[in-house]
Amino acid sequence: MPKSSSVKAPAEPGRLSVRKTYKLYIGGAFPRSESGRTYLVDGDNVALASRKDARDAVLAARAAQPKWAGATAYNRGQVLYRIAEMMEARRAEFTALGVRSSELSAAVDRWVWYAGWSDKIAQVAGGANPVAGPFFNISAPEPTGVVAVVAPPSLLGLVSVIAPAIVTGNTVVVLAAGPQVAITLAEVLATSDVPGGVVNLLTGRYAETAPWLASHDDVNAIDLTGVDHPDVAIELERAAAGTLKRVIRPVTGGVDFTADPGLRPMTALLETKTVWHPKGY
Amino acid sequence: MTVTAAAELSDLRSFLHGLPGVDKVGVEARAAALATRSIKTSSKAKAIDLAIRMVDLTTLEGADTPGKVRALCAKARRPDPADPTCPPAAAICVYPAMVKVAAEALAGSGVHLASVATAFPSGQAPLEVKLADTREAVADGADEIDMVISRGAFLAGEYTRVFDEIAAVKEACGGAHLKVILETGELATYDNIRRASWLAMLAGADFIKTSTGKVTVNATLPITLVMLEAVRDFRARHGRIIGVKPAGGIKTTKDAIKYLVLINETVGDDWLSPDRFRFGASSLLNDLLMQRTKLTTGHYAGPDYFTLD
Repeated sequence: MPKSSSVKAPAEPGRLSVRKTYKLYIGGAFPRSESGRTYLVDGDNVALASRKDARDAVLAARAAQPKWAGATAYNRGQVLYRIAEMMEARRAEFTALGVRSSELSAAVDRWVWYAGWSDKIAQVAGGANPVAGPFFNISAPEPTGVVAVVAPPSLLGLVSVIAPAIVTGNTVVVLAAGPQVAITLAEVLATSDVPGGVVNLLTGRYAETAPWLASHDDVNAIDLTGVDHPDVAIELERAAAGTLKRVIRPVTGGVDFTADPGLRPMTALLETKTVWHPKGY
Repeated sequence: MTVTAAAELSDLRSFLHGLPGVDKVGVEARAAALATRSIKTSSKAKAIDLAIRMVDLTTLEGADTPGKVRALCAKARRPDPADPTCPPAAAICVYPAMVKVAAEALAGSGVHLASVATAFPSGQAPLEVKLADTREAVADGADEIDMVISRGAFLAGEYTRVFDEIAAVKEACGGAHLKVILETGELATYDNIRRASWLAMLAGADFIKTSTGKVTVNATLPITLVMLEAVRDFRARHGRIIGVKPAGGIKTTKDAIKYLVLINETVGDDWLSPDRFRFGASSLLNDLLMQRTKLTTGHYAGPDYFTLD
């Protein structure tokens, strides 16, 4: 992603520039990598996440999950809409990082679109089932739990993998590809009433951290959308099979994120709970 | 009892108040410095197995049922049913009413059975009640008794009364080991913790234990350090080895390993054994098992794969 020169404020005589280090986003805080490592991206220092950062992020995501899933769908919708509001207010920052205006608008709109789905998906993915017996039979979708995500590099792609996972009550550990854009999005999330731990963002090389998440016993699903090498995807899927994780496979040729996403990104990370309730006579 | 011990008893108060004061800043800095040690790979694996063998698996709830106690006993015998190489826990720790159930469930396993007694957790009951509590638990099959001291009496300076109580309970224990709970969270100062440790050891304790787990401040590293120094000095003076048991608030493998480092650096590896050092804990065991699984399988473990209690 090309970075325009306008990202740094023009030098004022007699004033030192305030340089920024892009850190990780775990449990609502912005820690450096546990390993102390950084790498350079377009002249910026970016934290290079280790497997232990991934482990910490899973702990944070697990701790946040019951409360986030327990929030009302209406409330989750409001929080997602708030993300759109805050992102709109930070347009200049994203633009300075080289995000095109049209993509930025699409990303903001995607939050709004998913915000609307929060209190509607249950009616579409669940419902009352007719059964031959004196029972009410009801199916309701429930979140899968903690989802690991290997995110695609674009901002719209990043939003398009996070939003459908969290709108239904999952929490995510995201291995981000475009670090500055991802951490700027984390700054949006941190100021949007999203509870700490619901979204955790790690920057660095997914090849290093993703295998640990794929084999992790406390991760319930893994989204491989951003994996750009088929052999790596197969390896990760194989590791994920050890705990019967849900796996979202990468699409050959990439996903067109500008298209209508449909319901699949949401329903792929939902489990159906069916309840048989005796009818009284 | 040796001559020095007799002399110490003749004037308990001046002996206890003659103990050197604890350097609060120093002891906290020392504990914090030792807590930064990094224990990895094969050392970590050994430390985890040792810590599992040191766990007093504890359930002290009003809601304890025979079923829950039996489940806990099964867990103490075989903490990780998926891995036969996993060692058993040191002991089960329950209320006196549950001792019979636990004794049946643990028969022949080698896992010790500890019972809290003497009006746990407050200790605010007449001495006869405390002694009856202790005798009952021992008769039902407990081979370790965790007693609480009368903190009210200790804080009021009635050292002789506390001493006599501990001695009486020790007698009521018969062959059972006696762990004396100082309830350090209520003793307010490190100096008091040092005094209470010495008082308990002089009165016949086999173990000194930090806390009941029922107050806000439970076991901490500096408190345990002060108690370890006390058992070290007691051994030098009287030749008898007293065990130490921190209890309450130790939840992670990382915490447990910090305690092991503290033992090794303060009293040496004579104390790195379940006969000399115990962890009073419940949730700690699951974290130890998860870390153990991580080391043996090579991938991170999750709580879904271990029992809740």
